[in-house]
Amino acid sequence: MSFVFWIIAAITLGGALTAVVLKNTVHCALALTAAFLGLALLFLGLDAQFAGFAEILVYVGAVAILVVFAILLTRGSETPKGSVYSRYSVVGLIAAAAVFAVLGWAVLQSAHSFPNEQAVPSATAQQIGIALVGRYVLPLEILALLLTIATIGAVIVALHEKEETNG
Amino acid sequence: MTPLTAHLLVAALLFAIGLAGALTRRNAILVLIGIELMLNAANLNFIAFWRYSPHPEALTGMMFAIFSIAVAAAEAAVGLGLVIAIHRHLHSTDLDHMNRMKG
Repeated sequence: MSFVFWIIAAITLGGALTAVVLKNTVHCALALTAAFLGLALLFLGLDAQFAGFAEILVYVGAVAILVVFAILLTRGSETPKGSVYSRYSVVGLIAAAAVFAVLGWAVLQSAHSFPNEQAVPSATAQQIGIALVGRYVLPLEILALLLTIATIGAVIVALHEKEETNG
Repeated sequence: MTPLTAHLLVAALLFAIGLAGALTRRNAILVLIGIELMLNAANLNFIAFWRYSPHPEALTGMMFAIFSIAVAAAEAAVGLGLVIAIHRHLHSTDLDHMNRMKG
C-alpha cells in the first residue's frame, strides 16, 4: 500500500482515537472533524469522488457543527471534574477489543485479491445522478421523506415544553 | 497486503474505536460521536468493496454509502435533539444519571 494511504489512515484513526479519549467535549468535536476529513480523503483515494465530497459536505460541514451546537446548548463545554468514563468502561473496552480481534482475524483470513485491483472505475456525478433517478428512485424518495420527518421530529423533540402547559 | 485488506483493517479499527467510545463514555454526545464513527467505518467498507469489486459500474456500494451518509445525518439530528431535550429535563448529559423512563 502506498505511503499516502498510511498517512491518511493515521490521520483518520488518530482523530477518531482523540475524539473518544479527550476530556473536554469541544476538543472531542474538533478531533472528530479531523477524523471525518481523513475519511473523506480515504474515499477520494478510492476513486469515489462523489462520496468523498458528500462526506465533507455532510459530516465536516453539518454533523460536526451540529455536535458543537449540542455541546454548547447543553453547557458541556467546560471540562468535567470527575471521570469521563462510565462505571462499566472496562467491560466496554474488552467488548471493543474483542470485536476488533474478530473483525481483524476475519479480514486477514478471508480477503484475497479481488479481480479489479488495477482498473480505475469511473463514477462521475452524472452517472450517479442517472442511477439515483433511475434504478434507485424509490430509495431516494423514501430518503427524502425520512429526512423531512427527521428534521421535523428533531425540532419538535428539542422544542421548549412551556407552551404546552399553558394551552 | 492488498489495498482491500488495508482498507478493511482501517475500517475495523475505526469501528472498534467508535464502539469503545460508545460503550465507555458518560456524556451522551460522546456516545453519539462513537456511533457516527461506527457508521463511517461501515461506509469505508462499502466504498472499498465497490472500488475493488469486479463490477464497479453497477455503483451498488457507492449508492449504499451515499444513502447511509444521508441516514446517518438524519440520525445525528434526531439524536442530538433528544440529548438537548434530556438535558432540559435532567440538567445533565451524563448517561449514568439517566436511569428512569418516567419524565
